Amino acid sequence: MIEFMVGGMNAAAKYIIPLLLVGIPLYALSVKKVKVYEVFVEGAKDGFTIAVRIIPYLVAILVAVGMFRASGALDLLLNLLAPVLNLIGFPPENLPLALMRPLSGSGSLGLLTDLVNEYGAESMYAKIGATMFGSSETTFYVLAVYFGSVGITRSRHALAAGLTADAVGALAAVFFCKLLLG
Amino acid sequence: MLNYIWFGMMAISVIAGIFTGNIEAVTEAAINMAKVAVEISIGLIGIMALWLGIMKIAEASGLIRIIARGLNPITVRLFPDVPEDHPAIGSIVLNMAANMLGLGNAATPLGLKAMEELQELNPKKDTATNSMVMFLAINTSSVQLIVPATVVALMGATASQIFLTTILATLASTIAAIVMVKILEKMKRFSVEDAS
Repeated sequence: MIEFMVGGMNAAAKYIIPLLLVGIPLYALSVKKVKVYEVFVEGAKDGFTIAVRIIPYLVAILVAVGMFRASGALDLLLNLLAPVLNLIGFPPENLPLALMRPLSGSGSLGLLTDLVNEYGAESMYAKIGATMFGSSETTFYVLAVYFGSVGITRSRHALAAGLTADAVGALAAVFFCKLLLG
Repeated sequence: MLNYIWFGMMAISVIAGIFTGNIEAVTEAAINMAKVAVEISIGLIGIMALWLGIMKIAEASGLIRIIARGLNPITVRLFPDVPEDHPAIGSIVLNMAANMLGLGNAATPLGLKAMEELQELNPKKDTATNSMVMFLAINTSSVQLIVPATVVALMGATASQIFLTTILATLASTIAAIVMVKILEKMKRFSVEDAS
């Protein structure tokens, strides 16, 4: 049943983008007589300005994240947090991924690959890791890109809320994997 | 808050780098990531242009308005300071739909379009509004209904087992995000006047 659903959704996902690319102009052209080519070009012009506007924000965030990752500070944090998390049944093997997930997409994918190679895809560590990876986003990157694109520097409670959600997501991944797959 | 976190990350990195002997790697990472940031931004131009163009057509044909109206009961509660028929709602809904389906490439341009439209309603241009923070928090908590293709490739046959756990975990983090935003937005230290 679940295999069927996953297969079905992944198969459907393949068709969504081409359908949107054709379906939206089709509706606009046939129902509303929109000049689709002209309007497309008009909208597409913004692509360049927005992408360029993000640069300084992304440089600021990615440099800090990159330094943090390279410094080994994550390992220090790991040693600090491991005993506490052990108490609530959070496997220490999954902690690096949980800490990396909000910082770096490629970094956390690398850690997930390590888990699969080390313990096998059938292992609880890999299942928890994959759940964590799939259920969360790269918070720092999203913040830099989304706020950067409109020039927002005062982010207020965004980071606090985002990181709390990441922590809840990581704990939920452990909880549901142990409950349903254990 | 970002001021302290940003500086804190760099300061901790340098101190930790000195103690762990990784200081050269820290320097290298800083220089390298500055380059990566530009490459990512420039790489976004094409895909941004494509989706913003399609979005403009969807907007001109009234499709966005139709979609926004359909999900009105949910969006008025999440984004109370955005007028019901504002185009931002349409972009927000489409961004979330793209995220749910795992279409990351489409989700970012749609999200940035939504941010631009939310910014039109913002009286203080350098400070995030409640709606912007809500939108961002929902995005970072990743409302995803399918297992990412990269994970499927990695996990092979086991991928189907984590389908349900991924949805449940993402649901938990999204609810946490919404609740946290609603609680924190009322706190003085995060208010539009005082926050950084």
